[in-house]
Amino acid sequence: MLRLERVNSVTLPVFDTREDPGPNFVNLLVRSGVAPFEVPSGSVSDLSAKGIVIPHGTTIAALRYADGIVMAGDRRATEGNFIAHRRIEKVFAADRYSAVGIAGAAGPAVEMVRLFQTQLEHYEKVEGVNLSLEGKANQLSQMIRANLTMAMQGLVIVPLFAGWDLQRKTGRIFTYDVTGGRYEEVAYHAIGSGGKDARTTIKLGIREGMSRDEAIMLAISALYEAADEDSATGGPDLIRGIYPIIATVDHTGFSKLEDADVAAASQEVIASKTNAGEAQ
Amino acid sequence: MTVPFYVAPEQVMKDRADYARKGISRGRSLICTVYKDGILLAAENPSRSLHKISEIYDRIAFAGVGKYNEFDQLRVAGIRHADTKGFTYSRDDVDARSLANVYAQYLGQVFTHEMKPLEVEILVAELGMDEFPSQLFHILYDGTVMDESRFTVLGGDSESISERFGALFRPDWPLKEALRAAIGALGGPERNLGPRDLEVAVLSKNNGRRTFDRMGFSALESLLEVRKDGT
Repeated sequence: MLRLERVNSVTLPVFDTREDPGPNFVNLLVRSGVAPFEVPSGSVSDLSAKGIVIPHGTTIAALRYADGIVMAGDRRATEGNFIAHRRIEKVFAADRYSAVGIAGAAGPAVEMVRLFQTQLEHYEKVEGVNLSLEGKANQLSQMIRANLTMAMQGLVIVPLFAGWDLQRKTGRIFTYDVTGGRYEEVAYHAIGSGGKDARTTIKLGIREGMSRDEAIMLAISALYEAADEDSATGGPDLIRGIYPIIATVDHTGFSKLEDADVAAASQEVIASKTNAGEAQ
Repeated sequence: MTVPFYVAPEQVMKDRADYARKGISRGRSLICTVYKDGILLAAENPSRSLHKISEIYDRIAFAGVGKYNEFDQLRVAGIRHADTKGFTYSRDDVDARSLANVYAQYLGQVFTHEMKPLEVEILVAELGMDEFPSQLFHILYDGTVMDESRFTVLGGDSESISERFGALFRPDWPLKEALRAAIGALGGPERNLGPRDLEVAVLSKNNGRRTFDRMGFSALESLLEVRKDGT
């Protein structure tokens, strides 16, 4: 994706006023001769013809509760009908007050998250203030649009973005389409191959003014149901001790749940399913 | 084409240095010192929005004195350098030494080749980790780099401030004591500086990944309140 040899780390990046990239990190890379979204000449289907399959991330769910948002992602990446990775992490802190989860082509998606994280921090440092939550959502939108050519060639990236709006004092969730279209959700959304099942689960369980713990339980259930129906979504793995990544964002900022806490909550969800017996 | 008058290179350099020094001495000074949990940067700066101290990267801070627009341009360039490097390689590969070198190259280049030298003195401070001690790189208008591991003073009145501060300095002192000493040294015997006259930030080992923390007015006041009680 990056042409390393063109990154000049020997001289100070000082620009002419007319060419100054401002606080925009992507513009800075472009001005420095590094194209963050270099477009391959072929298409991914050319690779598939050779039997090479690209890893894909699967399900991410997010929902709003009384004091913030929770975002949850399963740990599986698939290559066609194979499991490529069991422990991949697909939910990240975009900055102190927002989270981003990714589904789609895993390689470029993780790279886009890195670019997005750097962009938000870069803006904050250069300008001395944080971007608004909406500003961050729009930045991500522009990055997805810049990736459209890659998407047409098969490398589709669709993130889910959520965070705490410091001005409006509320949690907000944004979804995207492949062209960079940005849509704000009212209370919840889920993306990826198991997204539909996760959405249905959340839809049936969500209430106004849920507590953080209730929201976390609902998110874990949503991923459980998604894994139950969708073979590409990984469920809780009790043998290896692999559980979903869960993060919350509230007025104190982003925090990722400890593995032990997610394990305990997951086991609680599993216990409630076990009690229902074979009828389900 | 007109032929310029011959001026001896020694004279050119001396004139430029005098010019830069004069510009720098007009501004207020800044102290950077190590303390128990990190690095403290304190500057005399009555402005709340035009900062002299800022964050460059996870463990690196920048400080500048002299002409604001000039050191601010250097600050932004430093952030660009660090973020590009961190994005291309990894966060662990961003270090203050290479940034200080790049600054020194640039300042030296401008000093010898441009019409006018930059009227700035800058500092790149890096918080140490494990067995690596903290490092303070003090860079002058002509690209001279000075490497310090205890404390350094930037600005016009640096010699007398350094003397006052050096008399009190202890390498493992707590933040409160270091800040009090810095304020005392910046103000000198005649002036008593309050929170409104100061810009203070730390790189603290207790801050997680991004160690930089700008101390707000209230945090500063509560630290200085102690001073009024004499405790």
